[in-house]
Amino acid sequence: MIWDNYQSEQHYDELITPTGSARDSATKLVEHIAQMDEKDLDRRRQMAEVTIQEMGISFTVYTEEGNIDRAWPFDIIPRTISAPLWKTTAEGLTQRLKALNMFIDDLYHEQKIIKDGIIPEHIIKESKNFRPECVGVNPAHGVWAHICGTDLVRDADGQFYVLEDNLRVPSGVSYMLENRAITKRVLPEMFEKENILPLDDYPEQLFDMLLSLSPRQIEEPEIVVLTPGIFNSAYFEHAFLAQQMGVELVEGSDLFVDDDDCVYMKTISGPERVDVIYRRIDDLFLDPEVFDKDSVLGVPGMMRAWKAGNVALANAPGAGVADDKVIYAYVPQIIEYYLNEAPILPNVETFLCEDPEQRAYVLDNLDKLVVKPANESGGYGMLIGPHSTKKEQATFAALIQENPRNYIAQPTLSLSTAPTLISSNIMEPRHLDLRPFILQGKNTYVTTGGLTRVAMKKGSLVVNSSQGGGSKDTWIVDTEDK
Amino acid sequence: MLSRVAERIYWSARYLERVENTARLVGVYDNLLFDLPRDTNISWFNLIKINSCIDTFSDRYKVQTEHNVVKFLLADDTNPSSMLSSLKQAKENIRTTRDVLPQDTWELINELDLYARNHIRQGINRTDRHKFLNSIIQRCQEINGLFEGAMSRDASWQFMTLGRNLERADMTTRILDAGVSIMLQPNQGTRINLSQVVWGNVLRSLSGYMNYRRSVRTAIVSKKVARFLLEDEYFPRTIHFCINELESATKKLPRSKRVLKEIKALKKLHYSLANGNPLDEQFRDYLNQLQINISDLHSALMTNWFAFNMGDHQEETPSLKKVEQKEYPFACQA
Repeated sequence: MIWDNYQSEQHYDELITPTGSARDSATKLVEHIAQMDEKDLDRRRQMAEVTIQEMGISFTVYTEEGNIDRAWPFDIIPRTISAPLWKTTAEGLTQRLKALNMFIDDLYHEQKIIKDGIIPEHIIKESKNFRPECVGVNPAHGVWAHICGTDLVRDADGQFYVLEDNLRVPSGVSYMLENRAITKRVLPEMFEKENILPLDDYPEQLFDMLLSLSPRQIEEPEIVVLTPGIFNSAYFEHAFLAQQMGVELVEGSDLFVDDDDCVYMKTISGPERVDVIYRRIDDLFLDPEVFDKDSVLGVPGMMRAWKAGNVALANAPGAGVADDKVIYAYVPQIIEYYLNEAPILPNVETFLCEDPEQRAYVLDNLDKLVVKPANESGGYGMLIGPHSTKKEQATFAALIQENPRNYIAQPTLSLSTAPTLISSNIMEPRHLDLRPFILQGKNTYVTTGGLTRVAMKKGSLVVNSSQGGGSKDTWIVDTEDK
Repeated sequence: MLSRVAERIYWSARYLERVENTARLVGVYDNLLFDLPRDTNISWFNLIKINSCIDTFSDRYKVQTEHNVVKFLLADDTNPSSMLSSLKQAKENIRTTRDVLPQDTWELINELDLYARNHIRQGINRTDRHKFLNSIIQRCQEINGLFEGAMSRDASWQFMTLGRNLERADMTTRILDAGVSIMLQPNQGTRINLSQVVWGNVLRSLSGYMNYRRSVRTAIVSKKVARFLLEDEYFPRTIHFCINELESATKKLPRSKRVLKEIKALKKLHYSLANGNPLDEQFRDYLNQLQINISDLHSALMTNWFAFNMGDHQEETPSLKKVEQKEYPFACQA
């Protein structure tokens, strides 16, 4: 039987306990799979592949030969989490985003947190993502980061830790939804046998959140999704979300800002005023009048319109300041400072290289730590100590000494694993993480679960799709409610 | 509907139609040459003339041979209107409007593109040309059939109709012109009824042979063929039919006054073939005028629905909000 030789050794496994039995949330799933033979499993694997092709689920990889559309790599064995555990986790995520938004709003206004000595001023001053252009702006509900993708990992003890907060233009939510759609076709029986909480209300929730940002109180505010275009790696997702919400997918050249400082969309019926822009392009490309002058992706005058309060931008420009990995180290204090609450979700222990003592520790232990640049995303520019060569360590030592503010280090976590179908008769543990999406406008919302990303290579800890990662459906299983 | 999306759909339809029509046009000549005796003075270079691309052709080729002309029309990437260039444009426009077009469109256009590129030699050499061209035409019709059966008749459909019929009307004038220009060439000593062969092929190239037979009910006579292709109400490739299609699509779109004006002007153009007027140079001038008016109509709809030019429209419309509901003048992108 497929489970007979399954073992995850020293890591926490999401489905199977160290003694080899199924965890509560996975009992029925493990049983169900145990009943399948090799042929059945293979048939379902192929069904997933065909479904992915039919649905045209793809992502773009940049290579030297040009951009390639690749089919989404997907493992048919879901990852399960029990409903009560998820409830607490979701509360922790909401708490975190609320505090982060208060923090961002404070930074662009009075900067009380700096005056009170909680965060050193120079960290903000030197942050690449602090935008002086945003000082004094008042976005609706005091919220700057409306859509947040927070990466969670589980260590050997099974505890969820926050690895990072993505507050700029987090992506992946469409894959979360598509993973569920695929799984419904591949393992349809399980949705009768088990109480799997639904997650497909995300587009609805996103739409409602965006609606709550509209500067005009009118019946049908105009909401658009702004994409950099077809050559962006997440274009599929941009088109998907626009379609699901029933709003226009626009490019920068479809919009203009008129003398009245309002944003208009160019339609066949003439200009139509736009109220809310869910922008999927980075701050620096948003407005050539203010930021990158050569940007053709953005819209000249967009910042003027936003500052005048005539259009809402989600996420707001400047929200990325809290996305900085040095700020990350301060999030527990930020939560306590603004909310007067203890953080529900712990951070991963983080060493700041700008602190001489911590830096010395990092430099001495490069072979054990994970070193990350403060402002990169997508898993680029990282050093994974235990998997690195002496030469790579030396390169990072030099980089850190050159620009200590730009680096942080964390202990190499023993990331949790889940059973992954390697071939039709081999199930092996693979490392994974979880990216839930949190929305905040007038109200807050957390996705039921999130996007589970898997490192498909044996032993690998890198889950990014741009670097050979795959994904799984994530089930929040209610075992209480029979 | 976004102007950009509307424009891309319009161009998808135009380029797709151009791919099909270029195949048809080369097909007319190919067939003609089967039927005509060797001493007939018919030059392939006529095809370059009627497509108004003498300059582009001469930049590229010194000799006006069949091989060069066919290569230029089908395969040449320095010719922006060649079949392969048009196909590439059609594909790019469809690629970026995938979410408003039927799901299988992208797959079908990819298959067509692959087929055309892999078999282009067959089009250039005479042996398999007929088979190749037929296959291209069939695949284009397959895509149009998909649109017909799977698209909502909303604004995107109207823009597709505009693109298809504008391109079609233009090509019908050019194919007619091809016929007239052959007949005007000196061909003393020809032993066969050249007129019947030429006009028969003109009709076949537009899939209109049987329709002509049913509708006109006389022999293939040049002037009657011309009149059929210009004025028949029911056959979908005649000028009359295309203009009607353009008109009804335009009427279903917002702010259409300016475009309707151009359509009216196009409708007014008439050439009397009833009396003794022969199909001469004067008739060719008329065809040329039709092409100019079609091109004006194209500019009008570009300006009206697709082009936005910030700098200019502000001068014309000092208060944006007041005019938002009414006709909104746009300036053309330079």
